Amino acid sequence: MKPATGFDIIAIGGSAGSLPVMGKLVRELPPDMKTPVILVLHRLKNVYSELNKLMSTNRPIIEPEDKEPVKPGCIYLAPQNYHLLVEPDNTFSLDYSELVHYSRPAIDETFFSIAATYGRGALGILLSGANSDGAAGLLRIVKNGGTGIAQDPEEADFDIMPLAAIELSNKIDVMRTDEIATFIRTKYTNK
Amino acid sequence: MVEEISNTELQELIYIVQHQYGYDFNDYAKSSLKRRFVRFMGHASVATLVEFKTRLQTDPVFFKWMVEYITVNVTEMFRDPGFYKLLREEVLPRLATYPIIKIWHAGCATGEEVYSMAILLQEAGLLERSRLYATDMNAANLEKANTGIVPMKWMKDYTHNYIQSGGRNDFSDYYTARYDNAIIHPSLRKNIIFFQHNLVTDQVFNEFQLICCRNVFIYFNRPLQEKVVSLFYDSLTTRGYLALGMKESMLFSKERKKFEVVNGPYKIFRRKL
Repeated sequence: MKPATGFDIIAIGGSAGSLPVMGKLVRELPPDMKTPVILVLHRLKNVYSELNKLMSTNRPIIEPEDKEPVKPGCIYLAPQNYHLLVEPDNTFSLDYSELVHYSRPAIDETFFSIAATYGRGALGILLSGANSDGAAGLLRIVKNGGTGIAQDPEEADFDIMPLAAIELSNKIDVMRTDEIATFIRTKYTNK
Repeated sequence: MVEEISNTELQELIYIVQHQYGYDFNDYAKSSLKRRFVRFMGHASVATLVEFKTRLQTDPVFFKWMVEYITVNVTEMFRDPGFYKLLREEVLPRLATYPIIKIWHAGCATGEEVYSMAILLQEAGLLERSRLYATDMNAANLEKANTGIVPMKWMKDYTHNYIQSGGRNDFSDYYTARYDNAIIHPSLRKNIIFFQHNLVTDQVFNEFQLICCRNVFIYFNRPLQEKVVSLFYDSLTTRGYLALGMKESMLFSKERKKFEVVNGPYKIFRRKL
């Protein structure tokens, strides 16, 4: 193992129109990347979907249980009907309080939490969506020294979500899906 | 506006709350507790942490408002319908063998899960000989629960959940709709007793055949979870059932050996001897 050059955590949030993009990003992750990835997707309550199949990825996607340690190399999905947070001791915790932006899980809540826990080591990516959830969270990640990327609104099926983030800060990078995938790969290529 | 608080600041808040008022939040999960404090400050328009601390120390009414806000817990009727289906099919037939069925809903919030249980018991013909003890640390929650009022806007979701859980009746027979609210029928509520109980500080108060404590452990850290599982063990009759939330695990608990798993995914356990 070469010394880690990438991030300590990657969180990807999206709503309407984001699923194919999320799938593509997950499929194109560097195969030997150890950084844990957290996916936060607006989804229906009390419905259990098989997201592995939907995203056609071979890597298992885990819905973490409360207090489960965040493990290297794993891809996690925020469980339906809970907000997903990461504690300072690198374990997940779940929260079942009020909806945020009409959503539970809310992207903002996960982004806030990784901004606090991982600081400069956090990468947040905000994709297509029809409301502004995630924008404030992405700003917080950037403010705390981390990296924030919004999907290019021109490319997104629904541009409200990435636009909301871009309007908050010029430190948030704007990229198309293939650029995001390349960006992540370059961070894990040893020169 | 305060956007986030540090671990040190959190510790200071916990200290004030404990020493001034006796509420112990030391063993709550830190991230969600921070988030509750931050949300309360926004809700109460408290601009700085200094102002927040001062008001907590000098204003008991403000303190009460804060505690009720941060410990408020939302809940749903028939949340996770598969869980209720299991109760119907696996658990209630076993409970039916007891002359009096005693069930504890620990951390019942505003009562929606207790009403759901009452409906299951009614349909199984067991409600008359059941006693439902529903507790929460939050007095405002209990007051609300006691009214039997549920916002009408959620009834469509709840009806859907009810049907998914194997319910065969007309769900609207269980409540009376009045403007924006639904009132759960009094006959379903007459064997429910709501009262205040704090899982952090209070003790065993009865013996039960079933304890439901769903989505409460997520707010506790592991040592506190451990302590409460032990309290539940002591409060259960031999072979009594314990139900946790679907994402709550006893995997990390030393107490888990004292329980057998009835259903893994739905987190239903049973006390061994």
